[in-house]
Amino acid sequence: MKAYKWMAALSAAAIGALAAGHAGAQETVKVGLIVSMTGQQASTGKQIKAAVELYQKQNGDAVAGKKVQVILRDSGSVPDNTKRLAQELIVNDKVNIIAGFEITPAALAVAPLATEAKVPAVVMAAGTSIITERSPYIVRTSFTVPQSCVIIADWAVKNGIKKVVTIVSDYAPGFDAEKSFTERFTGAGGQVAQAIRVPLANPDFAPFLQRAADAKPDAIFIFVPSGQGGTFMKQYTERGLDKAGIKLIGPGDVTDDDLLPNMGDAAIGTVTAHFYSADHNSPKNKTFVEAFTKAAGFRPNFMALGGYDGMHLIYEALKKTGGKADGDSLITAMKGMKWESPRGPIQIDPETRDIIQNVYIRKVEKKAGSLYNVEFATFEAVKDPVKAAKK
Amino acid sequence: MLTILFDGIAYGMLLFVLACGLAVTLGLMNFVNLAHGAFAMAGGYVTVVMVNRWGVPFFAALPLAFLFSAVIGLLFERTLYVHVYRKPHLDQVLFTIGLVFMSVAAVDFVMGSQQVFVQLPSWLEGQFTVFGVGIGRYRLLIIVICGVLTVGLQLVLSRTRFGSRLRAAVDDARVARGLGINVNRVFALTFAFGSGLAGLGGALGAEILGLDPIFPLKFMIYFLIVVTVGGTSSITGPFLASLLLGIGDVAGKYYVPTFGSFVIYTIMIVVLIWRPQGLFARPVGR
Amino acid sequence: MLLARLSQEEVTGRLVGRAHWHPLEVLFWVAAFATIWLFPSKHLILTEIAWLALFALSLDLILGYAGIVSLGHAAFFGFGAYTAALLAKHEIINEPVIALVVAGLAASALGFVTSFLVLRGTDLTRIMVTLGVAFVLREIANQNGWLTGGADGLQGVTMKPILGQFRFDMFGHNGYVYCLVVLFVLFLLARRIVNSPFGLSLQSIRNNPLRASAIGINVNARLIAIYTIAAGYAGIAGALLAQTQAFASLAYFDFERSADLLLVLVIGGTGYLYGGIIGAVVFKFMHDYLAVLTPQYWPFWIGLLLVVLVMVGRERITGWTAPFRRMADRLDWRRLRPRGETTEGR
Repeated sequence: MKAYKWMAALSAAAIGALAAGHAGAQETVKVGLIVSMTGQQASTGKQIKAAVELYQKQNGDAVAGKKVQVILRDSGSVPDNTKRLAQELIVNDKVNIIAGFEITPAALAVAPLATEAKVPAVVMAAGTSIITERSPYIVRTSFTVPQSCVIIADWAVKNGIKKVVTIVSDYAPGFDAEKSFTERFTGAGGQVAQAIRVPLANPDFAPFLQRAADAKPDAIFIFVPSGQGGTFMKQYTERGLDKAGIKLIGPGDVTDDDLLPNMGDAAIGTVTAHFYSADHNSPKNKTFVEAFTKAAGFRPNFMALGGYDGMHLIYEALKKTGGKADGDSLITAMKGMKWESPRGPIQIDPETRDIIQNVYIRKVEKKAGSLYNVEFATFEAVKDPVKAAKK
Repeated sequence: MLTILFDGIAYGMLLFVLACGLAVTLGLMNFVNLAHGAFAMAGGYVTVVMVNRWGVPFFAALPLAFLFSAVIGLLFERTLYVHVYRKPHLDQVLFTIGLVFMSVAAVDFVMGSQQVFVQLPSWLEGQFTVFGVGIGRYRLLIIVICGVLTVGLQLVLSRTRFGSRLRAAVDDARVARGLGINVNRVFALTFAFGSGLAGLGGALGAEILGLDPIFPLKFMIYFLIVVTVGGTSSITGPFLASLLLGIGDVAGKYYVPTFGSFVIYTIMIVVLIWRPQGLFARPVGR
Repeated sequence: MLLARLSQEEVTGRLVGRAHWHPLEVLFWVAAFATIWLFPSKHLILTEIAWLALFALSLDLILGYAGIVSLGHAAFFGFGAYTAALLAKHEIINEPVIALVVAGLAASALGFVTSFLVLRGTDLTRIMVTLGVAFVLREIANQNGWLTGGADGLQGVTMKPILGQFRFDMFGHNGYVYCLVVLFVLFLLARRIVNSPFGLSLQSIRNNPLRASAIGINVNARLIAIYTIAAGYAGIAGALLAQTQAFASLAYFDFERSADLLLVLVIGGTGYLYGGIIGAVVFKFMHDYLAVLTPQYWPFWIGLLLVVLVMVGRERITGWTAPFRRMADRLDWRRLRPRGETTEGR
């Protein structure tokens, strides 16, 4: 069904170009959107796709006299697919911008391409700190994992948590999370009793949780990629760790809005730090959530925001360049761009091309019969701590 | 320590219920059904829809999940599978992989791609402690249900007329036919029953294994390991293999987390080299 | 009976005749090389087709010619890919062609070692063992993140120019020519192999291992040999992918890759060398078309195709390749099959 919509949009664009009587190629700005629509990370791809569609529906598909055409490709959650598709989009479809990238390996794989082709790559999901350093043409509208991790570490220290076991997925963002949390937490006098890494694919957390529980920590720090939080939460409750007084803290991936309504009451009380909650209290967000839920049929999660703001960034940059769509003009226009997103005020760091945004501390609560991450504290304009520390 | 053993047993029991239908299919018709997990997924999703959306009590949903998968199994067996029995193994593999791909995409279309969970009654959540051993309530339930099922299966197979027909058909379908046993019907029923068990396993396992559209692909290898290691000539073989696998997997992850699932595959290869017919198979060559 | 009437010269004559090039074959390869100039904008997908065709050819050697069903052929593919990528990354071998050969040899060595695992057992046992080998390799690559980059894939590979002359450009032109030449050379080699007495003895093993051994063919030695060769081919296919992408990831070992490969081979038809190549062309274009048309649900259509393929009968559907098949089997030994095996006895 969705395919038809894309087809329709495509043919509409073609007809529009013909009707205008201009040379079509010059008037269209093409955005190659590569996300996983199938496989392990499929839910992320669907969130981003829905958000991108919503943005175009709300803002029209024309900006600065150009038609913005989004070409969707499925990476199947496989990084080498992402690279090949990016190459094809750049070479054959002549896209002006590539975007998406659900997991870090995918984003890293396209970095050399972006540099060689001078095509801006808008990272809408992947969260490892180093990504933006790999190419001067990479901009990020999602988040960096350490952004949330250092904030939650600070919060843990302040709230009397002394001994923590960390559990992270065994890949780059996991290492980032583990490292940034541990450095900040132990630096403030906390103790990390054990650092556990679980395989990225097909995780069964039960044995790892048992191991964590046996160390008798005050809290477990958890990072799993978007989409795996549900299993983790179930097994955490099943072990009775919530009742044993072991708290659950971490960046917000584990209480992902996509899965949260499904997790059951066990999730109540989990404290996480993250840049977006569907419950974020602002008029802008209320409208966004309402429109998104209506169009997509599910609640937006933080990945959706990456897609939505990514599109906004592309539109605004085109406005600023007056429709000039070459890589260097666009990247220059994107640097330092500032706007009010449904997640709160955000900015693209002019130096690192990474995102600067508020990070909120949230607690899972039941609101109107459904679970939400309710924000109760705000840390404003947080930069990526890893890059900040390098200076 | 014992908690790990307990978890492993529960995991193994669950695998057994999920996989034993496959063992029978393979043993009876020498049919490689890689799509077995799809029936488990169907059972799981039906339970999710019934419990979460329609408010059917969890225990009422379990038998319904069994029925649902069994009916689907029967339907597929009669309309599609029946044409593939006589084809070479390569065709069977291709055919069933095709079914897996279709089921993955279809479920994604209907149910979305995020993981779903069954909302359990609250008294099934959490853990209690007996003599210092943490017993998960839900895992205990799994062990009880699966244990009863296993005993029941064994009794049906060894004590009933249907059971003896089935065993006869497994041993030598041609002779069984000659004796007037309607092998096709025996097989259709067994296939349906096996699919039903998978559906029940999917319903029970959703909580522990997580349920998403790629479920049949993720767990296919586990089912196959159970069957190949356990052999297909009896129920006890796959049962013991499931327990071995369950305990090995959980204990492996607990004690040597860095090796992960490595242990399982290595064990499987070694066993298959050592005894190609399976660890617990009778030594008769067929 | 018939064979008794065939002298040794006649048998040799028939073998040589069989190995002769048919005009259609020449046309096929001329067309393949013509794509270099005709479709420069399609070089990226053609590159994919080239290595996939080689990979399928490799599977055909063991499945079509020796009758070993494998669902873990990606093991050798991934091994070759990682070898080539690591050689380039650590600048051990800077010249891609030499690295390619080394990767092929490495995969062959792995094939030789694991070939002993597939000698015994039924189809199912073989499926499981090959699957298991691929999973174990994937786990090893996953666990040794210091070497392989783990789940992040092997980043930071830079490829040096081919033969010190031709850079891997972003448009994939040089990469495509490179892959196509490698495919052609290895195809020639495979053609030589399957038309040799050794190749014929393999087919007799596939048709009836018991009888083959009864007439004095050392079944195991031959299976080991062909498995080793096929593993090398798969390794080179993987290395080609790694070199053109300057990247390697765990997905190279995935079960899906082995399963897709089976589909490729089945579309083109097993048991003749053009099957893999034709299958790769059809599969890639179809896959690409479906994935563009419906990025979310394309697996459904692939699955449906598999089901239909089996239900209707592979032979009937792949019947369209019959001219090629006939061409390859021009001097059809099927007519002489009962005697075919005895070429070994001489």
